[in-house]
Amino acid sequence: MRQLLTWSLFFSTVRLATPLVLAALGGLYSERAGVINIALEGLLLAGAFTAASVTFYAGSPWVGLIAAMAAGALVAYIIALACIRFKADQVVTGTGINILFLGLPAVLSGALFLSSGATPQIPKEHLLPELSRLLPFMPAWRIFTDVSVISLLALVVVLATRYVLYRTPFGLRLRSVGENPEAADAAGVKVNFLRYVGVILSGALAGIGGAYLSIGQSSLFTRNMSAGRGFIALAALIFGKWRPVQTMLACLLFGFADAVTIQLQGVPISIVGLIQVGIGIVFLFVVWLILHQLSLTKGSRLLEFLAAIVVSFVVWRVFLLATRVYFESLTIPPVEIPVQFIQMIPYLVTIIVLAGFIGQSRAPKALGIPYQKEK
Amino acid sequence: MKSCPTCHRTFEDTLTYCLVDGAVLSAPFDQAKSGPDSSATAVLPKGEPEPTLKAFSPEPPPISTIPAAINQAAGPPGEPPKSSPPPPPEPGQQSDTRIMSFFRELLFPLLAVLAAFIACGVVVFLIGDSPFQTYKLLIGSAFSWPDGIGYTLFNATPLIFTGLAVAVAFRCGLLNIGAEGQLYVAAFVTGWVGIKLGGVFIKTPAGDIVSSPIANLPAIVLIPVCCVAAIVAGAIWGGIPGLLKAKFGSHEVINTIMLNFVGVALVGYFTQYHFKVPGDAIMQTAEIGRQANIPTLGRFIPGLPERIPLNFAFILAILACVLVYIFLWKTKWGYEIRATGANPSAAEYGGISIRKQIILAMSISGGLAGMVAINEVLGYRHRYYDGFSANYGFVGIAVALLGRNHPAGVFLAAILFAVLLRGGIFVDAYTVHVSKDIVDMLQGIVILFVAAGGSMVVKRFRAVKKA
Repeated sequence: MRQLLTWSLFFSTVRLATPLVLAALGGLYSERAGVINIALEGLLLAGAFTAASVTFYAGSPWVGLIAAMAAGALVAYIIALACIRFKADQVVTGTGINILFLGLPAVLSGALFLSSGATPQIPKEHLLPELSRLLPFMPAWRIFTDVSVISLLALVVVLATRYVLYRTPFGLRLRSVGENPEAADAAGVKVNFLRYVGVILSGALAGIGGAYLSIGQSSLFTRNMSAGRGFIALAALIFGKWRPVQTMLACLLFGFADAVTIQLQGVPISIVGLIQVGIGIVFLFVVWLILHQLSLTKGSRLLEFLAAIVVSFVVWRVFLLATRVYFESLTIPPVEIPVQFIQMIPYLVTIIVLAGFIGQSRAPKALGIPYQKEK
Repeated sequence: MKSCPTCHRTFEDTLTYCLVDGAVLSAPFDQAKSGPDSSATAVLPKGEPEPTLKAFSPEPPPISTIPAAINQAAGPPGEPPKSSPPPPPEPGQQSDTRIMSFFRELLFPLLAVLAAFIACGVVVFLIGDSPFQTYKLLIGSAFSWPDGIGYTLFNATPLIFTGLAVAVAFRCGLLNIGAEGQLYVAAFVTGWVGIKLGGVFIKTPAGDIVSSPIANLPAIVLIPVCCVAAIVAGAIWGGIPGLLKAKFGSHEVINTIMLNFVGVALVGYFTQYHFKVPGDAIMQTAEIGRQANIPTLGRFIPGLPERIPLNFAFILAILACVLVYIFLWKTKWGYEIRATGANPSAAEYGGISIRKQIILAMSISGGLAGMVAINEVLGYRHRYYDGFSANYGFVGIAVALLGRNHPAGVFLAAILFAVLLRGGIFVDAYTVHVSKDIVDMLQGIVILFVAAGGSMVVKRFRAVKKA
């Protein structure tokens, strides 16, 4: 167990979570404005395909990135047109877009590159760079600079979203449009215009996420390469209660589960270690619950959680020291955990969280309801 | 706004006692405590005019949508269920004859399909192929006897089941994106029952037995048992999101998507570790007992060769269409499901338990999706095979939408999509640039047109919104 929790696992988590974060934040803008965005999957695919083909022709990942943003925004505009202008059902429209972009990129790449659903390989120097390529003078920090530029961008976007959403007039209006469009309209906010903006922003962000998939993480576009990430991003968004930082943490959880799955493939695990980690998690939960009940931190959830981590970690170490003799006397051979069970964890966690065992997740009130200006 | 302390329903201020259980209402509407019920009652289908005072209320948030819902519900208190004639009732247009309304129902999806074909044709033309030749291959390939028609009907079978599954959920105002997971779980369970009760030993090449049967039933017992297993497994997997929605108010769209992943992973685990023939490189279980195979129609229809896998599941699919129609429009349960979908608050006011309907509709939906297993496992592959589904669950959404959530429409839409699936193979082989992915594209565009154009119609069936 010990050898698993390394920096490489952490960075693997970051890498895998990056497209999720971008897509989920995209969804956040759209859903905060009151439009359900189930089409994140399709938007990711649109971005990924555009980025790969444009980069292949232009030879620059930055052109590809911008093209992917534009493509995402364009597709999102179509969604917005259908959902806002024609008041189409938002879930159904999103499903249509998802199915459309299962086929369209494959058809186009078949036509452009005479292949069956994949774009040609892009040389490594034309891919979106890691930080280490931009900061060649910091070899000692190699492990930290191995992160992609887009991962850093995703972090910046999270913080920017947090600021924009809660500290600017635009953010306030966006939220008001999602919560109570009638009141917002009465206050002079252009409801449908803001909804267009929200949906188009969501497309642009998901487009970046898609670009990261095709020209960051890998070097070509393949059919259905997003493989359900759009849906997971959606789940992370709800898990994160439609708030930027929490959503990012939820994405990191999903990314972590993915990273662990990859690392655990075929590696035997000591049952004792697993039990110990399980006890640690129980400690964390109990300590957090106690702190929450005492409410020492005057409402700051983050502080509460950090304190819980520190306290429970100390308690856990003491517990391990105290029970070391007992655990060492146990001789259970290490077993291989079927990958499928680890794969399931994030989805099960989402279901449990959504069921409200950990805290009710409240959607923007007007989510999914087209706005009809009163006559 | 007042809320009932025992059942958490919300009522107007003028009431003193809960209309459901008679408890004394507590004065302030406690938003945090009113669980899934309030979310169900708080939403109303749009299109109806809303009270105008809403926009000017000084503290808008918590109360905003509820007066409208109550207003809605209070309209026809306890109005007896109008038994409506077969096609979905079209208020305000009773003057039309039924034939006219039938054609109107048919006309709109046809227009959407036509528009999608034109849009897709433009793409094909831009790519550099002839749209006419492509469409000739795409559609024309399906009508040759016996191969074209046989395979098309075989392809249509799972789509009819998933289309019906999505349609039933839709009628209750729910979107079941989880048909894919439901049919995977059902297919595995069917395979499991077929192995365990069909007298199959799973042996390693070395001769060790890794899994032994429980019983060796004759065909007349085993086939019905397998069918029931498929339906029950699908119903359970579909019922879980229904239960979660009814009990906790968590959104069925997310839960069904999550359960897709969980279901596929779970089934993959059992296949890989317990029911694979050891040494087999393909992720599939051992073959089910011989007697569990259902015969192909080729044995009974002259001229239809037996190699075409069209089997009795197709007959079952037609039967399912009829049964779903009877269930939804001729029974009390079906009426309650449709009432819940059309206007949950009014339905609840009329004494229908929304929670029960949600669980029921999702279970039936899952059961129908599970019936795909009868076609695939009992009728075709005779084993569970990982990744057998060609997105049947998702295409089912398109089928249901295009078929206007009506069994007859679902049947026709499934045939159309099966034609496209069959034609896609020929498009792949005989055109220069266009690949069979054009089928996905067409489906996507059809859904978009149906959604954007028919929103007014679809809207009525999507009344239960985001929780």
